[in-house]
Amino acid sequence: MKLDSMYQEIILDHYRNPHGKGLRDGDAEVHHVNPTCGDEITLRVRLDGAVVADISYESQGCSISQASASVLNELVVGRTVGDGQAIQEAFLELMQSKGQGEGDEELLEDAVAFAGVSKYPARVKCALLSWMAWKDATAKALAGQPVVND
Amino acid sequence: MTTTSGSAFTALTGLLDTDAIRKDFPILQRVLHDGKPLVYLDNAATSQKPRQVLDALNAYYEQHNANVHRGVHVLAEEATALYEGARDKVAAFINAPSRDEVIFTKNASESLNLVANMLGWADEPYRVDADAEIVITEMEHHSNIVPWQLLSQRTGAKLKWFGLTDDGRLDLSNINELITEKTKIVSFTLVSNLLGTVNPVETIVRRAQDVGALVLIDASQAAPHMVLDVQALEADFVAFTGHKMLAPTGIGVLWGRQELLEDLPPFLGGGEMIETVTMGSSTYAPAPHKFEAGTPPIAQAVGLGAAIDYLANIGMDKIAAHEHAITEYAVARLQEVPDLRIIGPRTAVDRGAAISFVLGDIHPHDVGQVLDEQGIAVRVGHHCARPVCLRYGIPATTRASFYLYNTQAEVDQLIDGLHHVRNFFG
Ligand SMILES: Cc1ncc(COP(=O)(O)O)c(C=O)c1O
Repeated sequence: MKLDSMYQEIILDHYRNPHGKGLRDGDAEVHHVNPTCGDEITLRVRLDGAVVADISYESQGCSISQASASVLNELVVGRTVGDGQAIQEAFLELMQSKGQGEGDEELLEDAVAFAGVSKYPARVKCALLSWMAWKDATAKALAGQPVVND
Repeated sequence: MTTTSGSAFTALTGLLDTDAIRKDFPILQRVLHDGKPLVYLDNAATSQKPRQVLDALNAYYEQHNANVHRGVHVLAEEATALYEGARDKVAAFINAPSRDEVIFTKNASESLNLVANMLGWADEPYRVDADAEIVITEMEHHSNIVPWQLLSQRTGAKLKWFGLTDDGRLDLSNINELITEKTKIVSFTLVSNLLGTVNPVETIVRRAQDVGALVLIDASQAAPHMVLDVQALEADFVAFTGHKMLAPTGIGVLWGRQELLEDLPPFLGGGEMIETVTMGSSTYAPAPHKFEAGTPPIAQAVGLGAAIDYLANIGMDKIAAHEHAITEYAVARLQEVPDLRIIGPRTAVDRGAAISFVLGDIHPHDVGQVLDEQGIAVRVGHHCARPVCLRYGIPATTRASFYLYNTQAEVDQLIDGLHHVRNFFG
């Protein structure tokens, strides 16, 4: 059934047992909404120099948006901001692929499970909500901190 | 897996001949994913269109197309007659005292905004200014909230609203504090698009009349489904939208009492709405043309006329009875689904055929997606009535909404579909 291509087991697992959910200390906070369906996320980023020390979030939304926030946390926390941005861009490209992309599993790991979601235009925004919030929060956090050259 | 208990129920009485009606709607013959017939339960968002309406649109463009009110040639006269004929049909459909009280707009949102703007620019006694109060309700569609917020921000008028009871009705307990001598306009929906609630028009209109406030009724979810008699409602303005009542998109109606339409100023200026124009100033055509600047949606109005013919031919009372039977059945069957909570009245009394619900903690988006896979079209989200979701502490709902072509079997399919959703996410 086609549904299984969207609701991969990995996605349902992340939905049922989300990683890193809840709000903790951060350097910047953003609130993003998806006005068409009412999904919302409040997301905080804490940086430790060039490293993403924590991504914490409180969110309300469908399984796709919840699972995607969980995958974001799992993939990006502990990496450098630069690596995180590369992953974010690869994920964005995959979600914009209209079902054509497969995603680089080395880079995206569990996030490749979202390839099937890219076939459903109404759901792409759900998958991207937390990632766009992270991008925004990170830009804010970077703007608010002294430049680190390392 | 899923169980069909539909057979345990006896067939409903008072239903329309849906087999015959469905043949008029080409789209209802569509088959979706893996051979699943379309079960269209998103009628509160927009209705499907019968062949009679599609034919009227085609015939208009193939035979009569011209601009209205401005040519002397045959086509211009035919187009004008068709456009003005549609106005006569609307007037009869809503029992308007005069055809000149029927203003064509592009949708209900434009109709509602038109009233807000008329009142913002009006002279006394209608003028909404810093001393005035505007009253709406917490169950309005955003189209009947935002225009009043804009008016309030621009004029300084105070915006007030009726709250909701736990079972999805208007809380009228403070009506006398809400609607006061300061109130200039009370605007509320006759039927809620999210909750399905049918509101007590008479109580609200009485109070508004007592204090001399104008009343605007948003009949977007009523005009398609029940007998609408603007004289019986005793409102000053009634707004609705064509696409929810079998007509094409791009056509709406604002009905207003003649004296008011004479007194109130135009909002949009342009061709068609004038009497004479000099470089210094203009005088205006009488209503309804005063409020119809520019080339109107001609074909769409003709389509609305054809839709009204179709509905009237079946009979709005029969359509209302059909939907009531389906709603009663659906409300009962939905409550058999474990963890399902109806948001809105849990009976079919004073209730329209839009039923919102939440299913455990499965997000409506996911409910809608799995139903779609089975060919069942419902709407998910906040349905442009986000304050209602906030009121009941939920992010969104799933909404099934029925119309004259929906069947008891489709309710059963919805219920089976919901069992499947539970299994899928269980
Ligand atoms: C109660 C109500 N009012 C107003 C509207 C707005 O209708 P339209 O989008 O056609 O302007 C709708 C429909 O979405 C509605 O359900």
